[in-house]
Amino acid sequence: MENLSKAIKEAARKLFAEGKVDLIIGFEEGSLPLRATPCFARNAQEAEKLIWNSGCNNNLAVYVPQKKGRIGIVAKGCDSRSLVGHLKEKQIERENLVIIGVPCQGMVDRKLLEKKLGNKELLSIEERPEEIVLKGDGFEETVKKIELLPDNCKTCKHKTPVIYDILIGEKVEEEKEADEFEKIKEFEAKTSDERWDYFSDEIKKCIRCYACRNACPLCYCKECCVDSSQPQWFGKSIELSDSQVFHLMRAFHTTGRCVDCGACVRACPMEVDLRFLNKKIEKEVRGLFSFEAGINPDEPPPLATFKPDDPEEFIK
Amino acid sequence: MEEGKESSWEPKIVTFLCNWCSYAGADLAGVSRIQYPPNTRTIRVPCSGRVNPLYILRALQNGADGVLVSGCHPGDCHYLSGNFSARRKFAIFSQLLEHIGIEKGRVQFSWVSAAEANRFAEVISEVTEDVRKLGPAKRMVKKRVE
Repeated sequence: MENLSKAIKEAARKLFAEGKVDLIIGFEEGSLPLRATPCFARNAQEAEKLIWNSGCNNNLAVYVPQKKGRIGIVAKGCDSRSLVGHLKEKQIERENLVIIGVPCQGMVDRKLLEKKLGNKELLSIEERPEEIVLKGDGFEETVKKIELLPDNCKTCKHKTPVIYDILIGEKVEEEKEADEFEKIKEFEAKTSDERWDYFSDEIKKCIRCYACRNACPLCYCKECCVDSSQPQWFGKSIELSDSQVFHLMRAFHTTGRCVDCGACVRACPMEVDLRFLNKKIEKEVRGLFSFEAGINPDEPPPLATFKPDDPEEFIK
Repeated sequence: MEEGKESSWEPKIVTFLCNWCSYAGADLAGVSRIQYPPNTRTIRVPCSGRVNPLYILRALQNGADGVLVSGCHPGDCHYLSGNFSARRKFAIFSQLLEHIGIEKGRVQFSWVSAAEANRFAEVISEVTEDVRKLGPAKRMVKKRVE
C-alpha cells in the first residue's frame, strides 16, 4: 500500500510537471483510520497528499462531470467502469482525461468494520496482504480482509481498471468463480408476497435524504426529476408508496449503466438494501441484451439501441 | 375491502394507447360496435415509446387496479423505432415490477394495429379478466391521493 501511495504521488508529480493535467482527483488521509477522503490536487505540492489504502472506497468518477479542464483521476476497477460510462454518455472527452489506474483488492466496508469493532475505538491500522491489523487503546486484532469486504467487492470481476493511461502496481488476478447474482436468484425463488414484504420493509427505512442519488456517478443531471416541482413527477410525502416509486425510478435510471460500485449502499445512512434493485436490473440486462455496463466506450447503451428480434415474451 | 362491496367491485384499468395503432384500433372497435368490457380508462399517447415507466407507477399509486400499455406491432411504428425502444424498456421494467412483488398480470403490454378491432376487444377482455382475478390493487396504492 505504501508503495502504491508513493507511485501515485510520483505519477501525479510527473503529470503536473509535464503540464498534462489541471486537476488530479485522488484520495488523501481522512480524519480517521481507513477513512480516506477525496482529494482535489491542483498542483504538484497538493498532490503530495495523495495516498492509497483499503479505505479508498468512494467512486471518484462522480466528480468528473462537475469539473472543467483536463482531469487526472486515480481510478480503481469500478471507478474506471464509471468513467467508461461518462465517456459513452459524452460527459467528458477522452483527451481531457488522464486515468491513473490502480488495481484494487476490495475496499473495506465501514459498516462491517464498525460492527466488528463494537464499542472499541480504532486508532490505527496496519495493512498486510489479505489481512488488516486493527489497533486501538488496549487492543490489537488481526482480521482477514475478506470479512470486511462488502458484497460487491467480494464478487467483483473487474478489479484491474478496464481503461487507464498509467497503471500503478501489478494487475491482479480476477475473480472468475463467484456468482454475483447469487442473492438475486435466491430472492427470485420467493413468493410474490414475500418479495413485496421485503421491498416494503426495506423502503420503510428510507428518509428520502437522496444520499444514494448524490453519491451515484450516474446521477449527473443538472436538475433531477425527483427535485422538480413543476411538474411534480414524484410525490414528496413520507408515505411508503412515494418512497417506493422514488427507489424504483432511481434504480430504473441506472439500467444498463450501473457498474455495481456500491456508492449508493455506502452512502445510505439507513442501511436500505438498494443493491437488490440495481443488481436485478443488471441481471436482466445481461440476460436479455447480453450487455455489461462500463466495459466498452464505443458500445451503445442497451436502452438507446434495439434489435428487431429483441425478446418480447411478456407482450400480448 | 368491506363485505358486500366485493361483489360490486369492478377493476379500473388505465390503458396507454399509441395514437397511430392501438388508439385507432380502439376507435375501429367502437365504430364497428364490437363489445368489450367498460373497465378501461384510455390515455392517448403519441407512441408506446412515450410511456415513461413512471406513468405506470403513478397510475398504480393513484388507484388503478391494472395498467395496459399498447402500441404498434414491431416494424409498424409511425416513428419507425419508438416501439422497439419501448420493448427494451418494458422488458426490464416488467421484470423489476415482478421482482418487487407486483402481481403478474397487474401491468400488461400488447401490440394492436389500427385494423385489429377484434383483437383490441379481446386484449381488453383478457386484461380485465386477469385483473379481476387478482382483485383490487393493494400494493403501491397511495392512501392520500393528490
